[in-house]
Amino acid sequence: MNIELLSQYLVAGITYGTIYAIVAIGFNIIYNATGIINFAQGEFVMLGGMIAVSLHAFMPLPAAILAAVLATMIIGALIEIIFIRWLISPSVLRMIIITIGISIFIREAALHVWGESVRALPYFTGTEVTVFSVGDVHISPQVLWVTGISAVMVMLLTFFFNYTLLGRQMRACSANRDAARLCGISAKNMVTLSFVLSAGIGAFAGCVVSPITYVQYDSGTGLAIKGFTVAILGGLGNSTAAIAAGMVLGILESFSVWVMPAAFKDVVSISILLLILFVRPSGIFGSVEASRLKEF
Amino acid sequence: MKAFKMLAVLMLTFMIMAAPALAKDTIKIGAILAVTGPAAFLGAPEAKTLEMMVDEINKKGGIRGSKVELIIKDSGASPEKALSFAKQLIEEDKVLAIIGPSTSGETMKIKSVAEEGKTILISCAAAEVIVNPVAKYVFKTPQMDRDAVIKIFQQMKYMKLSKAGVLSSNTGFGKAGKEQIEKLAPEYGIQITANEVYDKAATDLTAEVTKVKASGAEAIINWSIEPAQAIVIKNARQLGFKGPIFQSHGFGNIKYVEAAGEAAEGVIFPAGRLLVVDILPKNHPQKAVLMKYKKDYESKYKEDASTFGGHAYDAMIILTRAIEKAGSTDKEAVRNAIENLKGVVGTGGVFTFSPQDHNGIDINAFSFEMITVKKGKFEILESSAKKGNSKKK
Repeated sequence: MNIELLSQYLVAGITYGTIYAIVAIGFNIIYNATGIINFAQGEFVMLGGMIAVSLHAFMPLPAAILAAVLATMIIGALIEIIFIRWLISPSVLRMIIITIGISIFIREAALHVWGESVRALPYFTGTEVTVFSVGDVHISPQVLWVTGISAVMVMLLTFFFNYTLLGRQMRACSANRDAARLCGISAKNMVTLSFVLSAGIGAFAGCVVSPITYVQYDSGTGLAIKGFTVAILGGLGNSTAAIAAGMVLGILESFSVWVMPAAFKDVVSISILLLILFVRPSGIFGSVEASRLKEF
Repeated sequence: MKAFKMLAVLMLTFMIMAAPALAKDTIKIGAILAVTGPAAFLGAPEAKTLEMMVDEINKKGGIRGSKVELIIKDSGASPEKALSFAKQLIEEDKVLAIIGPSTSGETMKIKSVAEEGKTILISCAAAEVIVNPVAKYVFKTPQMDRDAVIKIFQQMKYMKLSKAGVLSSNTGFGKAGKEQIEKLAPEYGIQITANEVYDKAATDLTAEVTKVKASGAEAIINWSIEPAQAIVIKNARQLGFKGPIFQSHGFGNIKYVEAAGEAAEGVIFPAGRLLVVDILPKNHPQKAVLMKYKKDYESKYKEDASTFGGHAYDAMIILTRAIEKAGSTDKEAVRNAIENLKGVVGTGGVFTFSPQDHNGIDINAFSFEMITVKKGKFEILESSAKKGNSKKK
């Protein structure tokens, strides 16, 4: 095993990791505001990619992506208003089951709108075969785009949740909804906002990863499973940790291919997830005390 | 008021009387297809094709004067669903024949049900085990996986390549192809340097391709039907793999070429002639059938016809011919008629069945063409191994 091959596996791992992480961030936002896992998050990712691909036929790429993100945000808001907002003090479990239903609904709707064929946005820079090469190590520019955009997203989100009034209000709702309402925060608006925000981030993620992974009406599920794994691995609600956890998982998966048959790749990731759930349910980077206070 | 009641009673009576009369006159054909789900790219065009054909047959007055009633069940590629639909079609709907399922896994699951129910099953799936060993009531229309592998190996020998890195997905299709590759490789002097299986929902395959490349493979053979087959070629080219990349006949959908863009250039794969019908010579026996199917399908549904829809087309043609030949809709008579069909021109090839051959396509006659991608379009591979290929240039 030479150093170049080693680096190539590392690059592969980073590619996997960034894709997982950018999806995981969306899970964290709704969790931060409501304490629930939105199982339709993968569908937001798919919708973003699909809408952007359709719009790209009529407008330049940046405009198509922007429009797709806005459209998905509106869909996110509608879903929350129609299915969740009117519920009187819904339990966490009930909301989670509703999101599972929504995910199936969006998937089937997408099948009727777009059919079953595979689509992709063009590469943001260069083409399918453009690579930056260092010796025999090759990396696609799109991977750098995904990495860069994830980093910027996390920075903005960290700022939003920690230093703005709105962001703090959202966190307050998650920590204690009744107390937040006594302080004059509209919990319902915060939940709607969290759906809008995570739909937007999911859609943006879908646009950015679609040149690498392609998008199809049912590609949300696969992405959501890995994104969910990474969100748990890092500690739910913490987006910086999600990036780190994504990298850990991606690199481990990549190196597992080197030493084992590739068929065992998912065994590795699921084993890690189970291990974390048994040993450290709050995630690698999560706080044990904080997670004890959460309902879910 | 009374008049209304009378009318209602009268209409009801008519309906009751009409129902059995209608049922007696129609030929019931069931179809179990993966219209949605992971194999939707197979099942959806198959279902559309059947609907189109049955419309046309009924407009022309049906088969031997009997209208055809098509009952399509969407299995979503789940063998369990296929099984319960098969039982329902045979026991409750009492269909003459079942077309489908779309995938090999589903077909194998319902093979015995068709046998026990003495109902004709014409599968649209490719695996060889469906008709080998021969089951009395089970037929299939797609070419064999085995034939596709042989075509690729012949091409590799022609190109003087002997080391292949094999990638396949963890589906029935991927598994069947992998088995045939492993079985036939020694016969053709091909050495398999790496043999990796990936998940069907894989989003990036850089690590797998790195492993294959490091194994010293001169060519990559990929066997899958998911978007992953476009991802493989993209990753291989990104990693600087220069050798030829072979795909299975599952690559026969221009969407994958569009998805892989520049990376798809030069990919070689065996496929039915539907993909290259425009450039087939005029005197090719399949040209007329292929042109008609392509034109009908594309004008009706405004989407590209695929070889997969063609498998359902062939199944329907075979069934129609057999009913005409048998002169009745008796299951046994129709079944015997299929076994005696000769020279039926379909989209996948020219079918000649026998009690020993329930697939009917001969690799040496009219099955696969080696196709390559040039400037984003499918083309017949110019410098292909002509051995065992009846068509002369």
